[in-house]
Amino acid sequence: MTEKLVDLGIVVALLLGIALFRTIRSARAGNLLAALALLGAVAVVWTRHSFSALPLLLVFAAVGSATGLSFSRRVSMVGIPAMVALQNGMGGMASFLVSFVELTRSTSSPGAQSAEVAALLGIVVGTATFTGSLLAAGRLAQWLAQKPVVLPHHSRILGGLAALALLIMVLATRTSDPRLLQLLGLTLIVVAGGLGIILSVRVGGADMPVLISFLNAGSGVAAAFCGLSIGSWLLIAAGAMVGVSGMILTQVMCRAMNRNLVAILTGRSVASVPSAPLPVDAPASTQPLTAAAGPVIDSPAAPEPAASTPVASAPADQSAPPSQAANPFARALDVIRSAQRVIIVPGYGMALAEAQEEVSRLADKLTGLGREVIFAVHPVAGRMPGHMHVLLAEAEVDYGMIREMAEVNPLFATTDLALIVGACDVVNPAASQQANTPISGMPILQAHEAKNVIVCNLDDRPGYSGVENLLYRDPKTIMLLGDAQDTLRRLLDQLDA
Amino acid sequence: MLDVLLMLLVLAGSAGLGFAIIRRVPPMLHTPLMSMTNAISGVIVLGALLLFAVDGNRFEYALGGIALAAATFNAVGGFAVTDRMVAMFRQKAPADRETQTK
Repeated sequence: MTEKLVDLGIVVALLLGIALFRTIRSARAGNLLAALALLGAVAVVWTRHSFSALPLLLVFAAVGSATGLSFSRRVSMVGIPAMVALQNGMGGMASFLVSFVELTRSTSSPGAQSAEVAALLGIVVGTATFTGSLLAAGRLAQWLAQKPVVLPHHSRILGGLAALALLIMVLATRTSDPRLLQLLGLTLIVVAGGLGIILSVRVGGADMPVLISFLNAGSGVAAAFCGLSIGSWLLIAAGAMVGVSGMILTQVMCRAMNRNLVAILTGRSVASVPSAPLPVDAPASTQPLTAAAGPVIDSPAAPEPAASTPVASAPADQSAPPSQAANPFARALDVIRSAQRVIIVPGYGMALAEAQEEVSRLADKLTGLGREVIFAVHPVAGRMPGHMHVLLAEAEVDYGMIREMAEVNPLFATTDLALIVGACDVVNPAASQQANTPISGMPILQAHEAKNVIVCNLDDRPGYSGVENLLYRDPKTIMLLGDAQDTLRRLLDQLDA
Repeated sequence: MLDVLLMLLVLAGSAGLGFAIIRRVPPMLHTPLMSMTNAISGVIVLGALLLFAVDGNRFEYALGGIALAAATFNAVGGFAVTDRMVAMFRQKAPADRETQTK
């Protein structure tokens, strides 16, 4: 019983740790508390049991810890989504391995039917999370193609694999032959691994925040199942917390895109349309948006512009003499010099161009001149929930300057300049002005309401959704195309001069 | 049977409490939250450790070892990177700001 009490104490400490994430000031203490709670849990288990194969155990633990520590030191905030995806995968792997060993051992203990079912579920969720996360991590680290892949009969394959997994699980609960059970377990790992890949391969680009949150939930659920199979309250509780956290974030991301999870995971796009009026009389406007019907597979490889590829369309001020007023660069400088309130809208393109330092410097310069500078962050900007915030924090942007969508949208109308850096779909007015597009009904940052708009994106192609950005065609918009880091550097130089 | 019921109760209870608490985490901290919860899912390290507490064969120890390495990677790496991230969030001293705006 004391064991359960200790477990309970550790669970409370973990919950308190998460609760401290309510404010930035207390978050660090919360993280430390959770870490100590986990360390305590390990210490308790260590003193209670004696371990065989001790050297092997210590080597594996040391390798895992050292790798984790080294990754955590080196990873940049641009690379953090890949790191988190990898961690989701590692969590899934640990869960399915432990579940598998538990499953093959459980035959010895009679009346352990429920433990067996839990172990089987742990294997399925853990393995699918593992393979799905590795694929996602590979994409996020730019090792794999960014484009979503849709196989012929994709949904049928998915359904078939799920049915197969279910069948194996039923068979496994019926048998008591340890050999057969082991074989079924291994088959289940293969099938569930395929399931994870099929599920994950269809989601790419700007839908990544949803996938990564969902896999985060998967790693928690797998741990909870694993806990049920070995009868550890602590594992159950901690797994449930992680699972719930992942589901909440998934929900937040889906809502911010006005899409539902099933639609994203099964490739059926545009969840929102039914409520939107169908523009029967405007076939011309919907015609180029064929992507609306299916998943957004036709989108360009670089989902949001301003990537660091040195395509660097000849800088505007070199193609025309700087004295000309029509020169977009000179106009942009004028607008920046005279703007009293500036709202900066960063997107994933800022991360790709590694322009966050320049953005931070520009913000400092403008505040130094007595201007009001606000950062407007869309919930799905970047590749994972909250990605923009950590990127800006790394670039030493004061977090007090960052505003969430609901807070900042009313301010655009009284703003002199909206400066877009590497964001596209999240500022596309088409989301509210056109029906039947993949982004219709998606809440956006109302940058088009500002008096002036400057866009520092790589090119003027559509974003991940494939929908042409109406903001680019607005007469008040100044397009500074090319590498955002380069563009901002030149703007900063001119402002200094 | 009672055991299973109790475990399901623990599952439901912590899910409910977790929901109430995590819902209040501001979007600003969503990335650190996800990386910390990943570290927390490193509790699976206990499951991996327990595999070594009973006599098993080499195959089982090998699987347990890999699970152990993955779990410690998550726990140590997760807490460390979360700490690094959270420490990055800075607010310029209010005094600084006042002088800047004046």
